[in-house]
This record gives sequence, structure tokens and C-alpha cells, in this order.
Amino acid sequence: MKKDQVPQDSCKSYDGHKKLIYAVDDTGHYQGVQSSGWEVEGFATEMAVQQLDEQLNEMKVALIAGKVSPIAYYLPFFRFDLMSLAHATGFFQWQIKRHMKTDVFAKLSVKKLNKYCEAFNVSLEDLKQPVIKE
Amino acid sequence: MNVIENNINHQQSSHCESGVVANMLNSQGMNLSEPMVFGLSSALTFVYLPMIKVGGLPLIAYRMPPKSIISAVCKKLNVKMNSQKFSTPEAGMKALDKALSEGKLVGLQTSVYWLPYFPEDMRFQFNAHNLTVYGKNEQGDYLISDPVFEDVVTCPAEDLKRARFAKGVLASKGLMYEMTLPTSPVELEPQIRASIKKTAKMMNGLILPFFGTKGVRHLAKKIRTLKSKPQKEAALFLGNIVRMQEEIGTGGAGFRFMYASFLDEAATILDDKALFELSKFTTEIGDLWREFAMKSVLFCKKRKNVSIDDVAASLEVCADQEAILRTKLLQWSK
Repeated sequence: MKKDQVPQDSCKSYDGHKKLIYAVDDTGHYQGVQSSGWEVEGFATEMAVQQLDEQLNEMKVALIAGKVSPIAYYLPFFRFDLMSLAHATGFFQWQIKRHMKTDVFAKLSVKKLNKYCEAFNVSLEDLKQPVIKE
Repeated sequence: MNVIENNINHQQSSHCESGVVANMLNSQGMNLSEPMVFGLSSALTFVYLPMIKVGGLPLIAYRMPPKSIISAVCKKLNVKMNSQKFSTPEAGMKALDKALSEGKLVGLQTSVYWLPYFPEDMRFQFNAHNLTVYGKNEQGDYLISDPVFEDVVTCPAEDLKRARFAKGVLASKGLMYEMTLPTSPVELEPQIRASIKKTAKMMNGLILPFFGTKGVRHLAKKIRTLKSKPQKEAALFLGNIVRMQEEIGTGGAGFRFMYASFLDEAATILDDKALFELSKFTTEIGDLWREFAMKSVLFCKKRKNVSIDDVAASLEVCADQEAILRTKLLQWSK
């Protein structure tokens, strides 16, 4: 990639920042060049963010309807997946899936709940009764 | 609160790990570019692990696993690296303060998610980010050189503590490291030759089909199977590859441009025209990777003139050319 081909597409996900890309000058030698983003990359990022948002919205609706426990809502909210949350809490993935059920969640011990509080950095109160952001 | 500000030479970098190493060594008087650090560590590769899922999508990487750049470069340049992990956050923060008060620069491995200065859309649960702490201000916030940012940043102590001790995959357990320069400088030339040879040897991908050009071809094959999948599933699969290649601090084209930059610099140091030609060839390969990313996204946008087969074919071209590069690099390093 030539220096003057380094994209400057002002990607939304960069939030006004620029990042460093390596590109060549006319003699073929390299330089670091700042880029405000590449549309291609920005599209891929937005697609991923959108997917997360959809997942979160789905869980939000399910939580309000009382169909899932707050664990199911907080997982996408804090951008975890089952594997990363399992590592962060020390639970098995199947345990976390169970904890997403409202009746199982209601019977969880404070000790177990605290593991989730730590992973999400929320209070016990907020874990039990999430403050849902619009 | 005691104000501490140790000397740091902050240079924006593409990648966190190579950037931290370059900044920490250069601040102490060395003169290494980020691509030189990356090249010397022989970190360029390709990895496709379909059985390891991140957010439901397979793990794809364009470099060796976290921490390999730091350890390889320190070993090559005879830099003494002193690293520690901690059983409690409190001990970890105390040790950080102590090292800072002794005038040291401290490298940390942290989570990205809990660092408040990251843009919202870039925050995800990834625990192997690297940064350098160089001091503390009046409010007790830490002064940080985060290599992927244009300028130095600050971070409240609570947030930094959380980022250092976040649990999960690749959890850092508060990992901090200091680097001490060798008493006599190491000659760069033989190290450059050895590192290029090592990179070239790894490029065909060992026995398993998950690494190097074999991994690239394996991924291309998988892409062809997306034909029978719903458009959305195929789009998310391709989007994930593009993100790993372009979004996640690679300097463009999954580190291929950074590696070409290393070869360019190495050619100048060794005064070797043949190596400069190899740098140019690597640049062409980088351009091919960018083309693959572009085709992938065009497919995601449902442009009718781009099919799944076109996307897979353009990835196979990358594999073909990298196989040629491997042969050329091996010939050169004989």
C-alpha cells in the first residue's frame, strides 16, 4: 500500500482517534502513516457491534418479560461470551446456562452471586435487579 | 499524592506488544522501530483454529501468541526482563507504585474492556493488551503510554487495577515487567538473519492444517462451505476475519505491511538489495490481503458481482504468494 492510498474514511468506531498503518513512499521504503479508518474495516466492526446490540436487545426484552435471569442480560452487556464468562467466574458453561433461568437464579447463594458481581463489576443489588439502560 | 513522571519516549505504534517493547527500550536509549521489534521476534504467522470459538466465531490470528514478542526480543537483544505476577490486586498495585518511585518504566498486561480511555466500540473482553506506566499525577491517576494511541493517556487507579486483575481467558494476574538494557550492545545483523530464517520456516505451517499457508488454505476451504449457510451467518464469519486482520492493531493486512517494513529496514542495515526486493514482494502480498478483505465486505454488502467463491479464491491467492515468499526468504537466508 502506498502512503497516499492509506484510507482516511473517519470510521465511527475510532471515535475521532487515528491509528498507525505502515505504507510505502514513492521509492518503496516504509513509513508509519496515521489513518482515521478504512471503510471496509469499519463495516466489519459495525456489523459485529450491531450483532452484539441485537443480542443485548433480545435479552433486555426477555429479562423484562421475566423469561431470563439478569445473567443472560449482563453477558452481552459486558461483551462476554459463555467461554470468557466461564473463565472469569470459575463456573462451567453449562452452569452459567442454568443460572440464566429465573428459577435457578432465584435460588443461587450469595457466594455464587458474588462471583458474577466481581466479573461484571456490579453490586449485588444491581445484579439481582439490573438498571436497564435505554 | 506524590507526583511521579519517569522519562518515556512515546511513539504511536500499530500493535500493543511490539509497541510497548520498542517504547520501553527506546526510552532507555536504544533505537529500535516497531517493525524491527516485530521482525526480530519472528512473530509473523497465520493461525486458524476452528475449534476455539471467540464470541461464537473461530479464532483467527496473524501473529504468534501473546507475550511471545516480548520474550523473543528480550532474549535476542540480551535485555534483562524482570516480570512478576501477583496473588492479590493490592500487592500488584503496591509493587507498581514502588517500581515507579524507583524511576522505572513498568510494562503491564491488561484487559482492554476495563480501560476507560478506549473508544466504546473497541472495548471487548480481551485480556492480553500491553501498555507502559511511566508515572502518577496529583489526582493519583496513572500516566500511561498506550502504544496504539496517538498520545499518552491517564487512567484512574481503580480502573487500572480492574484491568490488570480481570479474570478470564489469558488473564494476566497483574503481570508487570521491567526491562534492563545489556551492558554491551548486541550486534543486530546476525539476529536479523536468524529471525528471517525462523519466520520463513514457520510459513508453510508445520504438520497441522491450522497454521501458516496450510491454515490459510484450510480457511479458504471453510469459506467455500459458507455457500450453503444463510447470508447473515456467512457475513458474520467473513466480518470476523476482516476484523482480526485490519481492526485489531496489525498495521494493516494482518501484520504483512509491518513485516515488509521490517524487511525494508533490514535491507538498509545489511545493505542488501535482494532483501529490499523481498520487502517489495511482501508489500504486494499485503495488498492481496487487503483485496481479500475488500471482497469479503463486498460479499457482506450483498454485491451481486462478488460470490463466496470469489472471496475464497482471493484468499487462496494470498496462500499461493506466501508460499513463494517462503521459498524466496529461505533461499535468501541460506
